[in-house]
Parts: sequence; structure tokens; C-alpha cells
Amino acid sequence: MSRWLKAGLPLLFFLVIAWFLLKGLDRNPREIPSPLINRAAPVAVLEALPRLDDRAQAIAFKDLIGQVWLLNVWGSWCSGCQIEHPLLNRLAAEKLIPIVGLAWKDAPAQSHEWLSRLGDPYTMVVMDLQGKAAIEWGVYGAPETFLIDKNNKVRYKHVGPLSLEIIDKELRPLIASLKQ
Amino acid sequence: MTAELGHLALALAMLCGICLAVFPSLGVWRRDARLMAMATPAAYWQLLLVLLAFVCLIENFINHDFSIQLVASHSNRDLPFWYRVAASWGSHEGSMLLWILMLAAWTAALAALSGHLPQAMRARVLAVLGAVSIGFYLFALLTSNPFERVVPAPINGRDLNPLLQDPGMVFHPPLLYMGYVGFSVAFAFAIAGLIEGRFDSAWARWVRPWTNVAWGFLSLGICLGSFWAYYELGWGGWWFWDPVENASFMPWLTGTALIHSLAVTEKRGNFRSWTVLLAILSFSLSLLGTFLVRSGVLTSVHAFATDPTRGVFILMFLCIVIGGSLSLYAARAHSVQASQAYSLLSRESILLANNILMVVAMFAVLLGTLYPLILDSLDMGKISVGPPYFDAVFVPLMLPALFLMAVGPLSRWRDTPVLPLAQRMRWAFAASLVIALLLPLTADSDYKPMTALGLLMAFWVAGGVAMAAFENMKTPSGAVDLSRLALQPGSWWGMQLAHLGVAAFVLGVTLVNSYEIEIEKKLSPGDVLKIEEGLSLRYAETTARQGPNYEAIQVRFELIRDQKVVGELRPEKRRYKASNMVMTEAGIKRSVLGDLYISLGEAVDGGWVTRIQKKPAVNWIWIGVVMIGFGGFWAAADARYRRRRVNSLRASPSDASSKIGKVSG
Amino acid sequence: MSQALPNPLPPVALDETQQQRLRRLYAEIRCLVCQNQSLADSAADLAVDLRHEVQTQIAKGSTDDQIKGWLVERYGDFVLYKPQMQASTAILWGGPFVSLAAGAIIWKLVQRRRSLSPSQRQVSADQLRRAKQLLVADDDQKGS
Repeated sequence: MSRWLKAGLPLLFFLVIAWFLLKGLDRNPREIPSPLINRAAPVAVLEALPRLDDRAQAIAFKDLIGQVWLLNVWGSWCSGCQIEHPLLNRLAAEKLIPIVGLAWKDAPAQSHEWLSRLGDPYTMVVMDLQGKAAIEWGVYGAPETFLIDKNNKVRYKHVGPLSLEIIDKELRPLIASLKQ
Repeated sequence: MTAELGHLALALAMLCGICLAVFPSLGVWRRDARLMAMATPAAYWQLLLVLLAFVCLIENFINHDFSIQLVASHSNRDLPFWYRVAASWGSHEGSMLLWILMLAAWTAALAALSGHLPQAMRARVLAVLGAVSIGFYLFALLTSNPFERVVPAPINGRDLNPLLQDPGMVFHPPLLYMGYVGFSVAFAFAIAGLIEGRFDSAWARWVRPWTNVAWGFLSLGICLGSFWAYYELGWGGWWFWDPVENASFMPWLTGTALIHSLAVTEKRGNFRSWTVLLAILSFSLSLLGTFLVRSGVLTSVHAFATDPTRGVFILMFLCIVIGGSLSLYAARAHSVQASQAYSLLSRESILLANNILMVVAMFAVLLGTLYPLILDSLDMGKISVGPPYFDAVFVPLMLPALFLMAVGPLSRWRDTPVLPLAQRMRWAFAASLVIALLLPLTADSDYKPMTALGLLMAFWVAGGVAMAAFENMKTPSGAVDLSRLALQPGSWWGMQLAHLGVAAFVLGVTLVNSYEIEIEKKLSPGDVLKIEEGLSLRYAETTARQGPNYEAIQVRFELIRDQKVVGELRPEKRRYKASNMVMTEAGIKRSVLGDLYISLGEAVDGGWVTRIQKKPAVNWIWIGVVMIGFGGFWAAADARYRRRRVNSLRASPSDASSKIGKVSG
Repeated sequence: MSQALPNPLPPVALDETQQQRLRRLYAEIRCLVCQNQSLADSAADLAVDLRHEVQTQIAKGSTDDQIKGWLVERYGDFVLYKPQMQASTAILWGGPFVSLAAGAIIWKLVQRRRSLSPSQRQVSADQLRRAKQLLVADDDQKGS
């Protein structure tokens, strides 16, 4: 009996490995989960940043406490941002929740030009010219979108351009439940 | 037209593969010599057809046929000729065709050179190779057709990745695949042996040269990959423990155990189940590597464009081949019995330790490579396992192996008394200890224990080689006669060369890691930077340069030693026109004693942030591995394997002494 | 891709020991953009920013562990190339050495099964002597 056990050990090892490889096929090894989920949103660093301009609907960050809101990290240099932008425009038109833009390492003039050309869904835009605020939020590639709840906790993060499916299947239900 | 011709040739080649798998097996079952003999033409036709397919693919690349999907995505009108040829294997589909070509080549070579094998064994081995190739044909034809057309055809292609536009691309994949695929021969012999229940010395003697050659090629392929990464990627590293690098290193580790284990099986009849298992493992690891690179489960700088459907296919293939062979092993291993006894300290026990150490090392690399995937699959978060881990774990594992490397060749089979052995080795030990302790004192920097340890191991192994050579120069009566060395067989010379190569490698790694200097500084034209006593670098000028498919900014640096210009280096930043990718080309001044390595970072008003590295003895890393590879080839060229055995090894029902299969588990 | 931005990051001055510490630390941090290089070698914008952050923290006097902890708080364990010793990495760090120990045990067990008896060992010493005699005689015959 023990002979079979010894000789069968390599096979057993292989089967275990194969099982993990199978599970691995539907994982994305490049995607980094955010350690900020369910922790306090680092809003203080955003407060210290200069604004892109004085917007009519702009509010102070302290006024966002008690609201569910979206933070969208973008840049005029980012092609993925261009792809998701129409969806953000549509979302903003619904006036569902405020969307705050974080212009990441973007020249102000170019941010302006980009928004006036492609549409402006943002309640306000803060400019992270040195990249320090983005690091606080664990940003590693634009576009990234964060959902923050009424108690200033980060509840959801999406890396990469938003899609209709992500918005409808994941964001909307979560926003609805958080708003109650 | 050629694409369709190539596609047809590939499909026909698969038919040959099927014939190769089916008819000889039928022949063995029915004891029909004619059916068994069909293996030969099937193997030859298979090679011819695959070669035809490959030539068709290359022709499409050379002649810019952008209606072929592969050519459109990996080539360009401005791409130089040889890179167009190399681009044919620069993609997933093309490299699969290269795999198939290598497999067909090894199969045909085996068919041609195995006339002295018993017919049944030969038929089985070729049939196994045919069966394995069927899986690859199916994979290529069903999921990765290199001849896929794209409509409408673009006017110009997207260009080969600039990182691959290098002579390294021409040689590295073919060498590497010769190694990977070459292990399929040992694998086929192992399967055939398990089915027949026969693993005598003759079996081992047949397998050894094939395995040594495959292992030699794998060594050279890995060496070239490392050397290429060093000068191409632009930051002076030569090994990153990247998943794909590990995928080539793991079969090398078990392959090393295999060639040593085969020596024991041939000479003493021991370690049969080890040898069989190692043969299965080595090829399985080659296949696993193929999976890892193409399935998208791991991030790697080498990974091909990933596609989970392909991943599923390869995984199924892995389960059939590896699962099947390991099941066969589990079922039949008991029929493979060792015969001779040996003592606690003997060449057998040393080689057993070597087997175990190589397998443990392979396991450590496998664990580190797959661990992020394992944790992620269990929803336990995402971690990274990188060079700091592998360096910390791998080096301690290798120390015992290095120690044994000097002792092993001097030990005797069956029983080696400790005291005489220690006595013989005392000079080697003393010399290496003295060098290890004193050499670092001559250097400028702080004394590091790791440096001494590395030097000790390098000179210990070299000392072992010197002892072995010296002892073989002595006649039994004690006189020294140099010509006696010529009496040594190829396998002895190969072993000493390979071990010496290991010593050179360890020396190179130790010296580079201990004494390399790195300076990062913003430099402008006219600046002079002092690297060390008597050696400075002067930023002479910046020029713009046009390449065949890129434009470059080149900085010319002058190397000044004792106020005289002794050389110049020309690092560049290139922008490849088709892909708009920016590449850093390092400027390297090479010598046997070390390299001076300069790469440009960011441009800052008028100058560049420059990274200068002085890397002593770095070239010994690759010189050492080349020696290892050629050691493998030399051992395979041993005359023993080339003598035709006329009357000895025909399998016959009455040949019961070499068949151990009647005892049931 | 790099534009001229207002307020670029000011350079951080570090002495020789700090520079060496910096390089060692860089080798342990993964570039999150390309994901296949350490922070030392990457040319990505984020890598430039992160390098500046690490330099600033070293200048401020933070220890290596503090800096790594700071990064993990924002990017997770993924950012470290050297996995931290924690429950989930116990098998990773322990595995190789446990298997080495297991290998040593296997070696001993296999060897014991095949070991020579004392009489066999005596026999082989005798055989060795005889073989030597034969070789010397053979050599003398050849007159070399």
C-alpha cells in the first residue's frame, strides 16, 4: 500500500497544481485590489490641492460627508479616460451623485481644453500636479474610479475605463444601497 | 497562396503524427515488424511537412504579406531582413510552430539514429513522440493557426516589438526550444520503458546522449536569454526570477538531476525509478512552462498575448500528458527495481543527495512562481514574490550541491571511505579557503562574509576539477603522465568542463554582486565623472542618428584612464517609428575582467540622467554557462554511444534477465 | 508623455549610506505600472513619483519597515517583492526548508535500505587491493 502512496505522490502534486492553474485562468494577475476598501477615504490630501477652476456647483469637501460620491482619476494624456468619458457625462446628467475629478499629473491648460472638448461631468476638479495625492489613494493607472459612502469610507474601486456593464451591474446597485 | 500551402502542410504533418503514434503501437501489440517499421517514414515525412509549413510562414514574413494576421501584427516594411525571419517565431502562434518543428526534428533524428535499438522499444519511443506531437498539432490548428488571414490586409504592419529586434531573438528561442523539446526524447524512453517494464543499463545508455544534448541546448538557451536581457533591457540586470525565466530554469534543474541519475542507472543499475521520474518531470516542466507563458495566469515581461481559451486547451493537454505519465509511473514504478547496495558515503549516495537537492530547488522555484496565483485563487489577497525571495531561498539550497560537486567525481562507487577522500581533498580545501579569506582583503570595499563564501565554493569546485585531473594523470605506480588524460572518455571531459563552468559561474556572480559600483547622476556635455581611482568618464557629445526603422539620440562618452582616452561608449535612446516605442540601448565596454555599463535615463535640460555601472567579472557568468552547455555536448559525444552494437541487445521473450515486470503489485 | 508641469518635485539630497539604503529598498519594491521591474529600474511616471516619495521618507528618518508599511497601506502587499512574514506566507517561506529537511530524511531512509553490510564492505576493500595489483602489473607489462 505504501508503495502506491510513494509512487502516487508526484501525481497527487500535479493534480493539486493543475487545480490551482485552472482557478487561475479566470483571475487577472495584473489587477491590484485596493487596501482602502472599507477604510476612511484620504480626503485631506484632496482638500489641499488647487482647483482647476471655480465651478458654479463646486462644494467644499466637508460638505461631501453625508453624501455618496464618486472620485474619478483622469488625465488628458490618458486614452482610456477618453473611452469612458461619455459614460461619465451621462451619469452626471442623471444627477445621481456628485462626481469629483482628480486631474492626475496633467497641465491645467490641457485639462481645461480636454473637458471643454469632451464634456464636463465633474462637480469640481482638483489638480494633483506632483502626484502625491494619487499615491495616497493607491492610484497606479488612470482611469480609476472610487465610490465613497456617507461616512467617508471607500466602498468600491474600479481600475480601468468604466463600461456600461460595470456601471449598471455594480455601481448603480451599490449606490442605491448606500444611499438608504 | 503560400499560407494556404503551409496550412495544408501542417495538417498533413498531423496525419503523419497520427500514423506515427498509431501504426508502430499496433505493430508492437501484434508483433508485426512491418507496422513497427512504419515509424521511420512517418517521422521523416512529418519533419519534411513541418519544415515546409515553417518555410511558408517565413516566406510570408520576408515578402511582407500583410494579409496574414501574424505578419500584420509582428512585422513592418522597414524591418530588417533577419528580424523578419525571427519575427516568425516572435508571436505565440509562430513559436508554437517552432515547437512543432523542433519536436519533428528530434523525432526524425531519433528515427535516424536508433537503428541499434530493439525494434519494439524503438517503435514505442517513436509512437510516444508522435502522440505528444498530435496534441501540439491540434492546439496549433484549432486555436493558434499561424496562417490566419486578416481582411482587409493593412498596408503596413505594426512592427516587431523593438525589444525583440536583436540578434538574441534570432538564436535564443531556437536554442531554448531545442532544449525543452529535447527532453521529450528522455520522456518517450521513460514511457516506453514503463510500458515494457525494462530499465537496464542498455536503456540508460540509449537515453544518455539524447538527454545530454537536450540539456546542453537548454543551458545555452538560458545563457543567451540572460545575456540578451543584460544588454537589451538597459539596466544591467541578468536574472530577474521572472516567471518565464523560472519556467526555463525548472526543467534545467530536474534535467541536471536526470543526467546525473542516468549515469548511476547506466553504471550501477540503481536509481531507476528516480531516473524515470526525473525524465517525466523534466518534460512535464517544459510543458508547464509553455502553459505559464501563454495562458495569462502570471504576469511576465515575456508573456505572449494571453487568451484564457488557449489556457484551457493547454491545461487539458497537460493533464493528459503529465497526468497520464505520472499515473503510469504510479502504477508501474514497483516493477522498476534497483539492484546494488551501496554505503552511506559512496558516489551513489552523493548522487542521490544531488538528485534530492535539485528536486528541492526546483520545488522552491515552483513554489515562489506559483504562490501569488495560489493565494489569489484562495481569495487570500494578492502578493508579489520577486528576486529578494528567490535569492534568499535558492542560494542556501545550492551550497550543499556545490560542496558535493567537488567531492562526487573523486568518490568511489559503492563505498568511499571518508578519511582517504578527505586526505585527497585537503589541498583543494586549503587553497580555496585561503583564497576565499584573503582575496576580499585586496579589494577596496568592506569585507563581506557572503563574498568569502562565494569564492570558497567557486574555488572548491575548481579545486575538485583540478584534483580529478591530477589523479588521472598518475599511473598506478605513482608516476605522473600527462598523456593519460587523453585516455579519459568524453563523458569524463564533459563532466569536468561542466563543473569548471559552474565554478566560473559562481565566481562571476560572487564578484559582480560583491564589487559592482553604481552611480546615477545628471550629466551634460563636457562633464567629467570620476568612477574610481584613475578612471573617469567624459560626456563628449550628443548626436542624432537614423536607424533602419528608428531614430536615435546617441551620447558619446569617453573613458579616461590616467589622463588618456582608452575607449568610448555610445548609449542611445531610440524611438521606433512604427510602434512609437522608446527603447534604451546601453553602452557597454566589455572585457574579461568586467564591464562598464552606461544607460540613459530621463533627458534633463541639455543633458541626461545617466546610470553608470561597473560590473567586475560579469562575463564569467555567461562564459561559465557556455562551458556547462558544451560540457553536456562533449559528454554526449562519448565514443561509447557511437559504437554500433551488433548482436547484443535484441529483445527476445527469453531475455528474462533484463525484464523485471512479471511481479504484480 | 511627460509634460512640463508647474511645481515639479524638488530633488532630495541624500548621503552615501542613505543612497545605498535607497538602492537596497528600491530592489524590494515592485513597479505597479509595468509590474515586471523593481522601482530601481522602471521609467514609468508613477515609479519616478514613488522613488521621490521613498527618498523623502529616508531623508525624514523613517526606517525601512516604516517605508514599506507606508507603501503597503496604500497599495497592498502586491507592492513588495519580498513577501512579508505572515500567516499567509508561512508555506512560502517555510516550504523550501521543510522540503530540504524532508529530502534529507528521504536520503537517509533510501540509503539505509541499500546499505552495505560490514562483510560486504570488507569484501570491497579486498577487491580494491587486488584491482590495484592487477593494474600495476598491467602497466608494467605495457612498459609505459
